[in-house]
Amino acid sequence: MKYVDEFRDGSLARNIAANIAREATAATGYRLMEFCGGHTHAISRYGIADLLPPSVRMVHGPGCPVCVLPIGRVDQAVCLAREHGVILCTYADTMRVPCSDNLTLMRAKADGADVRMVYSTQDALKIARDNPGRQVVFFAIGFETTTPPTAVAVKQAGSEGVNNFSILCNHVLTPSAMHAILAAEAGVALDGFVGPAHVSTVIGSEPYEPFADDYGKPVVIAGFEPLDVMQAILMLVRQINDGRAQVENEFTRAVTREGNSKAQALVAECFTLRDSFEWRGLGTVPHSALKLRSEFAEFDAELRFGVDYVAVPDHKACECAAILRGEKLPQECRIFGTACTPATPVGSCMVSSEGACAAHYSYGRFREAAG
Amino acid sequence: MSGNKQDHMRGLDLKRGRVEMSHGAGGRAMAQLIAGMFTAAFDNSYLATGNDGALLPRADGRLVMSCDSHVVSPLFFAGGDIGCLSVHGTINDVAMMGAKPLYLSASFILEEGFPLADLKRIVESMAGAARAAGVPIVTGDTKVVEQGKGDGVFITTTGVGVARDGVSLSGDLARPGDAILLSGPIGDHGMAVLSQRENLTFDAPIMSDTAALHGLVETMLDSGVKLRVLRDPTRGGLAATLNEVATQSGVGMMLQESAIPVNRPVEAACEFLGLDPLYVANEGKLIAICEPRDAQRLLYVMRAHPLARDAAVIGEVREDAHGFVQMVTRLGGRRIVDWLAGEQLPRIC
Repeated sequence: MKYVDEFRDGSLARNIAANIAREATAATGYRLMEFCGGHTHAISRYGIADLLPPSVRMVHGPGCPVCVLPIGRVDQAVCLAREHGVILCTYADTMRVPCSDNLTLMRAKADGADVRMVYSTQDALKIARDNPGRQVVFFAIGFETTTPPTAVAVKQAGSEGVNNFSILCNHVLTPSAMHAILAAEAGVALDGFVGPAHVSTVIGSEPYEPFADDYGKPVVIAGFEPLDVMQAILMLVRQINDGRAQVENEFTRAVTREGNSKAQALVAECFTLRDSFEWRGLGTVPHSALKLRSEFAEFDAELRFGVDYVAVPDHKACECAAILRGEKLPQECRIFGTACTPATPVGSCMVSSEGACAAHYSYGRFREAAG
Repeated sequence: MSGNKQDHMRGLDLKRGRVEMSHGAGGRAMAQLIAGMFTAAFDNSYLATGNDGALLPRADGRLVMSCDSHVVSPLFFAGGDIGCLSVHGTINDVAMMGAKPLYLSASFILEEGFPLADLKRIVESMAGAARAAGVPIVTGDTKVVEQGKGDGVFITTTGVGVARDGVSLSGDLARPGDAILLSGPIGDHGMAVLSQRENLTFDAPIMSDTAALHGLVETMLDSGVKLRVLRDPTRGGLAATLNEVATQSGVGMMLQESAIPVNRPVEAACEFLGLDPLYVANEGKLIAICEPRDAQRLLYVMRAHPLARDAAVIGEVREDAHGFVQMVTRLGGRRIVDWLAGEQLPRIC
């Protein structure tokens, strides 16, 4: 397929791999975090690890929207669906995230709650229009990529007077999560970042400049195709070899320094910073998530239904938190592949195909078996 | 009593009529539906007797029996409908056992209010598929459920066939070194249905590959190649089918991604929806596993058949205590092709 095949070409991949192998010489090795779950998925799906020399190690980051959602947030959604009788609309992966009382949204659905999978905020809005007698809540999750469509839906609901529509807002911010990882004492040692693809189309490359300037970490923004990832790894190896720490953009076909100003304006119009937000893995991070502005408060499901967030600790054996911080590998968790598999996930990282555990289990676990 | 008028019933209104509870109640309305709809369309001497079952002639050989329920939504899709699908699906299951399918049964669960015109289209499609395949529908059943308790129509078909002498096919017979062949491009059926469901339109519409494969199987068996395993990769796609065989046989597999054919519109639709064609359903494809020395001859025979023109050798069976189905990606890396966890759900971003 045009514009896809070009970025999955095997012979080009081998060329880049040869360059990486030739140039990756640092005795200490290169520990590179791919922030996004999309990159984690591409690395596993295409077997990119097989094309990298042993000195280059990819560390999975927290950029998977359902992975960073703490249990208490899913509990809120389940509560809305079960106790308030709303039609709860959600993106697909979120349906399977385990929460309190051995529930998931999918189990709540099987138990009679009206939970519906949607592809877009527009589907949720349509369900609200079609069911004027029911309350319809959209479980709004995701990083900067999914926030603008939520803003559009809220504005449309306002202008059309779709008063039975509201959102459970869990939109989070990428730069805040990167700060949290780098600022953590005794955190993971990193030499550079493969920067987000789709997030960067919205926010641009500028917000990453502090990571290069203040923390001295090179960032290369990369697309989600396998050749994008490999090219970005080569660019990071070169920066590290040169002793440079800059924000470079491999994904020039979609990302500018300024980003998408229309989308940014929409988000700014509808949302404001939360004082703090609890992330799975990163803990409570100040100014790291969004809530609706007071002008749109009537569309805030937390206010409309009075469902407060209550923090709930993760399963005792689950290592999702350390894995999301890049401190542990999925296979270092003792329930990985035993109690916790994609069919029976215990932690959120085993749910989405972008989660580090699900990606490793589904695509890469032959490596341990061979070793 | 000659003076009595014959009982009068209005005929089936096949234009505007709808399924009513009485059509499943065992009375005259049901008899009328069966006679006017099913017996008329399926038209064979077994059904014409009007008995509770079909009395079949003595069969010469080992019997194979298989059944399949069909609950597809939408009922009509590009390239087919639930009717022909329910005939092809069961014929294929019988054929994958190395058997010649002989008879089918068909059982309908109809939802009250379902348009009779749609039912007629479905039944005629089944009749056409059965006639084309040379496998009559010899017995059947009809039930009606209240509105809201079904999804229009569910169809369960059962097939009976006779296995060819000397042929023993089974999912536990794959051996390390064996070649894995695929009869053609994957994902057409699942994406035809899904793109209709999601209202996705493409310049070249995706057509379901639904087809009866017993003719192709017969050609393959006639070639004299010693087949070990035949399977049709339906629900769960190629990935699920190969994992089933790997588990049954206690082996691993190594596939070559570049050898697995996928039609371009299917590839594009999968890309759009974040799906992997390896997990998308097929209704007119099969995989065959044979000894490596027979692979090229089998490939030649398959490609000569219109339903397997794009057949390919896609990988080989390997010894593997873990039973992993692995794949060399187009990029040159390696990955597992795992069982599907739950439904194949679209990714978020």
